[in-house]
Amino acid sequence: MKWSELFTSSVGKKWVMALTGLFLITFLVVHAGINACIWANDGGAMFNDAAHFMGSSWVIRIIEIGLMAGFLIHIVQGSVLEIQNRRKRKKGYAVAMGNKGSTWYSRSMGLLGTLIGIFLIIHLSHFWVPNRSHQGWLLGEELNLYEEMKVRFQAEWVVIVYVLGCFSLAWHLVHGFQSAFRTIGVSNKKYLTLLNTAGIAFSIIVPLVFAMMPVSFYLGWI
Amino acid sequence: MEHYTMNLTLKVWRQKNTDDRGGFETYPVKNISSEMSFLEMFDVLNEELIREGKDPIAFDHDCREGICGMCSMYINGRPHGPWKANTVCQLHMRAYKDGDTIVVEPWRANAFPVIKDLMVDRTAFDRIIQAGGFISVNTGNALDANAIPVRKDKADAAFAAAACIGCGACVAACKNSSAMLFLSAKVSHLALLPQGAPERKTRAMNMVAQMDKEGFGACTNTGACEAVCPKEISIDTIARLNREYMLGAATVES
Repeated sequence: MKWSELFTSSVGKKWVMALTGLFLITFLVVHAGINACIWANDGGAMFNDAAHFMGSSWVIRIIEIGLMAGFLIHIVQGSVLEIQNRRKRKKGYAVAMGNKGSTWYSRSMGLLGTLIGIFLIIHLSHFWVPNRSHQGWLLGEELNLYEEMKVRFQAEWVVIVYVLGCFSLAWHLVHGFQSAFRTIGVSNKKYLTLLNTAGIAFSIIVPLVFAMMPVSFYLGWI
Repeated sequence: MEHYTMNLTLKVWRQKNTDDRGGFETYPVKNISSEMSFLEMFDVLNEELIREGKDPIAFDHDCREGICGMCSMYINGRPHGPWKANTVCQLHMRAYKDGDTIVVEPWRANAFPVIKDLMVDRTAFDRIIQAGGFISVNTGNALDANAIPVRKDKADAAFAAAACIGCGACVAACKNSSAMLFLSAKVSHLALLPQGAPERKTRAMNMVAQMDKEGFGACTNTGACEAVCPKEISIDTIARLNREYMLGAATVES
């Protein structure tokens, strides 16, 4: 097999989706961990220190390019797969199979991914774009991101959009987490059971931590 | 269970040939015994149609004991009907009650074109098998049984995978029309046994390449295939296929 077949064969594409998906899952852990510093009860000092580290290091900036590549490949490959798969049954059924055998969220990864994508654009335009442009896109001085969050999350619609974004992410992860491991070849039942449980826990905990951030600001808990 | 008879309304997909547009026809069927099989009910209807000088409904069937993989009807939104781990021929009319309406469609997938009515062309599966679903053996005298040691759990898993009858229900159920459960059953069956070792690294690659060529979709692990498989092939075999594929893809030079 040539390397190009990773992007052309059906199983190769699955591998790419799984590997980029798992990479993005590790990003979620880092992102949630750093942002959790807002709850340090110190007026955002710890959070801004962490944000400063992420915004002022060449190493992180290079990794950021890798992160963008991960997002882009996952989004493009996912969209291509969704469109191609839909075309494999030109004439559909009169009576749909529905939930007889599969869950709605496992069949809706394209839709959930699109919702997450829309959220991502809004989210980047709120924090990443203003902060980077303030820095002159390189390693200049950052905005006070804690204050930015505080202001942003006063608006009701912003909080609602963020919570809905986290909700989409949770359902995307419930299927995606365990599916990624199946795709990279974990067929041992002992591990599949473990990964299933870990996947559900991850899909609840991480999006919940994210969702609590705008909610905490909005309700004045911090 | 008490025997009873029922009157039913059947909505059956009729299509003259591959190029015909096709459409549903409604047939009332009367005095159907609860002890008939679903296909016997179709036999009764077809005899009626023949008596009336009409074209009988074409459908695939052969052994009628759940092991050949020929019968293929999508009944009320589920391949092989409502029962778990079951083929259409083994579905019995006691699953229905008087007055029910039953919608019967052929397998739907670009790779399974309709030949006529409820019959679809599943020769794509044959070509996938030809691409890699075989082992090489020397001709001559048969080897002694058990001459090659095989671990019991592997033998059991290979046997469970070998139970696949190639009916195509997995494709019919999959939202992507993917044949991955079929492939994974065949690959698992051979990859788990020492006899399958010589072709192991190219088998999954060649079979997947043929699957893609035939126009089946890609797997997204929804599990619909596993739920309708008459032989209860586990979706875990798909994970093994993914691994077998990469084992070959990452190490074979060309």
